[in-house]
Amino acid sequence: MRKDLRVESRSWEMVSTTLFFAVSCVLVFSFAFVRGGQPVDGAAAGILWIAVAFSGTLALGPTFDRERHHDALRGLLLAPVERSAIFLGKFMGVVLLMTAVELVVAVLVALLFQAPQITQNPWIAVLLMLGNVGFAAVGTLFAAMLVRTRSRSVLLPILLYPITLPALIAGVMGTAALLQAEPNLDLARMWAALLLCFDVVFTTLALWTFEPVMTE
Amino acid sequence: MNQRTFAGLSIVGLVMFAAAPLWIARAPYESTMGLIQKIFYFHVPGWIVMFLAVFVAGIASAIHLFRQKPAADRLAHAAAELAVIFGIIGLVTGPLWARKAWGVWWQWEPRLTMSIILELIMCAYLLLRRYGGPGSDKLAATLAIFAMANVPFVYYSVNIWRTIHPATSVVPQLAVSAPGMFGPFVWCSVAFLVLFTVMLAARTRLEAQRAEVERLHLALEEQ
Repeated sequence: MRKDLRVESRSWEMVSTTLFFAVSCVLVFSFAFVRGGQPVDGAAAGILWIAVAFSGTLALGPTFDRERHHDALRGLLLAPVERSAIFLGKFMGVVLLMTAVELVVAVLVALLFQAPQITQNPWIAVLLMLGNVGFAAVGTLFAAMLVRTRSRSVLLPILLYPITLPALIAGVMGTAALLQAEPNLDLARMWAALLLCFDVVFTTLALWTFEPVMTE
Repeated sequence: MNQRTFAGLSIVGLVMFAAAPLWIARAPYESTMGLIQKIFYFHVPGWIVMFLAVFVAGIASAIHLFRQKPAADRLAHAAAELAVIFGIIGLVTGPLWARKAWGVWWQWEPRLTMSIILELIMCAYLLLRRYGGPGSDKLAATLAIFAMANVPFVYYSVNIWRTIHPATSVVPQLAVSAPGMFGPFVWCSVAFLVLFTVMLAARTRLEAQRAEVERLHLALEEQ
């Protein structure tokens, strides 16, 4: 993880590409959903989460790809540490990256879709963080497994989206509840609790299966 | 499964499916929905078997992942294919029923949403098996385990959020509330289970033979 952070701080490759992609995503949506200066009702929540999911997928691709050069992955797996430590390092890297991207995307969506609540309501930040954890847990596991297969870039979204859909639904619903004219905090709390449930299940399963999956 | 059991089960399944329409036709009409409710005798067994298939695939995958048993992997592959097929039965009969009962083909409510997610995951599983290339079996096994973890959410979704879809308590109470419907329902469920067992056995055998052919082929090339 420290190595990944160092590579990242030297090149800014992933932060800049992912961020650029997320921003263009939001812009594309704003052309589609803002008509005559007025955004379509309730579009902001969905767009925020779609941008997060898309840019998250983009960020996941290179996490393990980087280790493919010179067989670094084998070296990493042979290192005298728990496999789950490798998983957790990569996982935290993805969460950090997604959080950094979300900080910008949230402000942009708030500006373009006239939804200032996004930047003001702390519960939205809670929902986004919970969503990050679930998405990154499943994503890191699948990205790690796909490193050795052909057509990685195609298969990652195919596998990732169906599995993380429940988490995305919970995130969108919770955010939408908070963006109403009268924010519905109880409903948002219910969805946050559901997200937490998914996170616990997803992360446990990912940690549990990472070990046998990465053994050759 | 030996060939005699297989043949016997096939015949039992055939007879049960031939007799099912007769019994369904004689079952009493539901008071508000009338004729259209009879789709229930195929819709619910279809989903029951789909869930069963997902569980078979998930458990077999876990065995393959932790014990490295290729036979379990073949079973999981066969079960996943059947899960998609029986899921399609549920997804086709569901909207037909919904159109008459609720007035719409599709409703974005929890049970339906979760079912289609489950179907999507199983389709992703098959895509991965088909196009993943070497080494995709472990990845697919993980996916099947994730799909299995999804089932409880699908099952309880209707009970947590009270929605338009009938709750899971309807079927167990059927024996008391509508004995005339309970008979054909059990009959159809058993017929679906027999069909599932027969197809699973046939598909697993096919996969095992394919692996055997591959092994012989490799052995021949080495000589």
